[in-house]
Amino acid sequence: MQMNTSHRWTTLLSDRGGMILLGILAAAAVLVPIGNLLVPADSVFHVSNFAVSLIGKYLTFALLALSVDLVWGFSGILSLGHGAFFALGGYAMGMHMMRKVGDRGVYGNPDLPDFMVFLDWDKLPWTWYGFDNFAFALIMVVAVPGALAFVFGWLAFRSRVSGVYLSIITQAMTYALMLSFFRNDLGFGGNNGLTDFKDILGFDLQAQTTRATLFVLSAIALGGAYVLARMLVQSKFGKVLVSIRDAESRTRFLGYRVEHYKLFAFTLSAMIAGIAGALYVPQVGIINPGEFLPAKSIEIVVWVAVGGRGTLYGAVLGAVLVNYGKTYFTGALPDMWLYVLGSLFIGVTLLLPKGIAGTIPDWIAAKPWRPRQPEPEPEAAE
Amino acid sequence: MELQAASPIAKKTSRYVLAVWLFCAAIFGALIPGTATAQTLEELLPVLAAGSYGEKSEAISALATGGDSRAIPVLQALLDGKLYARKEGDEVIIVEPRGDVLVLRDPFTLSEIGQAAKVDLDRARVNNRVRGVIRTALGVLQLSSEDASVRLQSAEALFRTRSAEMIPVLEAALAQEEDAKARKEIARSLAASNLDFATDPGVRIAAVLELETHIDREVRALLAALVADINAEEAPDPAAIALGAQAALSIIEIDQRLAGWAALGNILQGISLGSVLLLAAIGLAITFGVMGVINMAHGEMVMLGAYATFMVQALFRAYAPEWFDWSLLVAIPVAFIVAGGIGIGIERGIIRFLYGRPLETLLATWGLSLILRQATRSLFGPSNREVANPSWMSGAVEIGGGVVVTYNRIWIAVFALMVFAMLIFIQRRTKFGLQMRAVTQNRAMARGMGIRSGRIDALTFGLGSGVAGMGGVALSQIDNVSPNLGQNYIVDSFLVVVFGGVGNLWGTLVGALSVGVFSKFLEPYAGAVLGKIFVLIAIIIFIQWRPRGLFALRGRAVEQ
Repeated sequence: MQMNTSHRWTTLLSDRGGMILLGILAAAAVLVPIGNLLVPADSVFHVSNFAVSLIGKYLTFALLALSVDLVWGFSGILSLGHGAFFALGGYAMGMHMMRKVGDRGVYGNPDLPDFMVFLDWDKLPWTWYGFDNFAFALIMVVAVPGALAFVFGWLAFRSRVSGVYLSIITQAMTYALMLSFFRNDLGFGGNNGLTDFKDILGFDLQAQTTRATLFVLSAIALGGAYVLARMLVQSKFGKVLVSIRDAESRTRFLGYRVEHYKLFAFTLSAMIAGIAGALYVPQVGIINPGEFLPAKSIEIVVWVAVGGRGTLYGAVLGAVLVNYGKTYFTGALPDMWLYVLGSLFIGVTLLLPKGIAGTIPDWIAAKPWRPRQPEPEPEAAE
Repeated sequence: MELQAASPIAKKTSRYVLAVWLFCAAIFGALIPGTATAQTLEELLPVLAAGSYGEKSEAISALATGGDSRAIPVLQALLDGKLYARKEGDEVIIVEPRGDVLVLRDPFTLSEIGQAAKVDLDRARVNNRVRGVIRTALGVLQLSSEDASVRLQSAEALFRTRSAEMIPVLEAALAQEEDAKARKEIARSLAASNLDFATDPGVRIAAVLELETHIDREVRALLAALVADINAEEAPDPAAIALGAQAALSIIEIDQRLAGWAALGNILQGISLGSVLLLAAIGLAITFGVMGVINMAHGEMVMLGAYATFMVQALFRAYAPEWFDWSLLVAIPVAFIVAGGIGIGIERGIIRFLYGRPLETLLATWGLSLILRQATRSLFGPSNREVANPSWMSGAVEIGGGVVVTYNRIWIAVFALMVFAMLIFIQRRTKFGLQMRAVTQNRAMARGMGIRSGRIDALTFGLGSGVAGMGGVALSQIDNVSPNLGQNYIVDSFLVVVFGGVGNLWGTLVGALSVGVFSKFLEPYAGAVLGKIFVLIAIIIFIQWRPRGLFALRGRAVEQ
């Protein structure tokens, strides 16, 4: 047992890309709040409030991309509905903050959120019970996406729905959820979603210290999820997942209960996506049904594809790079962004099928700047 | 020859006789005292403008028995207070306020004859008694009109403005009426009037029984009001009880028939929705179903077809407005060529490098869809473009029981089936179809037999895209032509194809129609959005039960 554990840690440490990622995350978690809170505003090293929220948002996207890489990169399940799990986690957190607004809303009703007063409701729907309790909300952040993924996955994997079919029904799932959340009757704010939050655990959401804390929490969550995912994929369990990805029937014939492995990975991934959503909502201050758009879920897959699927750190890299590009282009050249994103999709799939994280190490290993070595390159095993 | 020439005259004469008949009936209905002799509109017009109320009533009666349809607008103008006489010269005119001025019209031809100030004119006055006479006379004149549709409208109007005076008029008109539709409408108005005003219980019960044969909501409301009235009475007499009981029975009968019509209406609407889904999905059934390419840019091919329609219509407007009604027929091949050509370009440029990697294809084509959407937005702007309905697609037809079907829906359903039949023909009966099936079944062997598989791939993808473009022509008629047009159909299209069974065109047909009909049956209970959510959930569950769709291709392959 001891051997096993130490073995795990050594393999974890031998993961160079991951170590670099964790190092950067740790540095960011320390330096960004210092740069924001302690360094004076006129200094070069000052990190603006805007940058803190922006990078914090990227970190939650990176966490979401990590969860997609866990199922797509390692289990071969291309989910086009992960945005739904992210949004559900976000809604759970949003509902808690909504309850804590209390009588500070526009209508000043101590029991009901503004939109319910607006809709002339006289009492809280049962779906909102318990959300004034922070611990309950935290449980729901993982329990609701987890339960949905469990039921959905249990049905789908048991019937051996796989590949393209699975992708399309996950898309239908998030589409159905989007339509449902757009309805006022469902009781989650309809079109406008949930917004106008005031504070979290009594800390003002507008305060810089709260924002810096949320940033640090996002970094910790990302680092923690990375370590967890890395340990999982390096365990025997992870090896089985990869074998399912590469040869599902053969794995089944070897006696593994394929659907159990897939279900576990899918549910875990949905829970991580839920946590990402819960960290995202307090930092951007709004959650609405637009997060359920099938297009958003497809975009997440692109982050992973650009970064390099099946590497975990590649997903993080892809999420940050693509979203930085999005921020830059939508600000500087708004009409160009969709061209860039579209070309990115096409270019990466045609030219960089392994993504950045999969291609650059290969390129470095090939050492093209050195004179060609006499022995032939080994063929890449596909 | 003589007979043919004689028949319209005979008909005209019979109409004239009818008018006299009807009006005599109205008179014997004890409405108007005095006698009326046939006089012309020209003679009577000054009386209408300047006579005493009694003289006016007589003149109106004379006009009604005269059966001159030119009297209809004059009497209507008198009723609406738009009939005036000039203060100098006593000329009678119809006046219509337009902005600040009064436009004068000739009472015989209705053409504009100039303008005048109000001070120069005297309005022809009427009192309530005269108004009653006018209404009856109008009803008579319209019921004796030569135009069956005028008679129909008049009878419909009389159903709403029921009066005891019109009962004999309607009875006489019913006896003379030859047109089946007008006859039915007159019978309905007569029965409704009898129900309201007749005193004989037998007549009223007969009226209820007659109304029972008319399946519509207005009649139902009338009977329901009658039942409510009788229920409200303290001590109804036996005749009233019998009447109420009969009315209640008739309501049940009408409800049953209405429910039948409503079900038929749902089926028709479902077929209409299904044919729209079929048009949106049929191209995908080729590219995704037959070739296995997950083409997320499929919706954009539909959108390109819709924009091609817009362009073709713009050209027609500019260069050949008189041929505008044919613009859609021209747009169909144009859309096919535009979308098909772009499809071939996509296949040669991107997709052929990605065969065997379905998930990567999905991503690349999604990127393509983003680019196409943004390019359309840059070229045509983000707002909706207007695509007009040609005249032969406008309008609607009522099938019965309040079920109305618009012509454009009918044409779209016909078009969808034609496109489907064409694809089946291509796939089953042409050399290209044979090669297409050979390549999808066993690429290596097909190549061995001398088929250039790359060319077939490109053409097949072009065919699927072109068909999507043709679908866009039809969808431009019922949906907004905007850069996001395709996005509204992409999820539905994939679901229809997957539901029907990938690789099977018949499956797509059955899938589209059953999703359409199922949605329309859910909608009355759940509403449009909730109905759609239920359909999505139902398909998700259905896929668990049959992971390869409704009509799965049988094969021995363990996995693809």
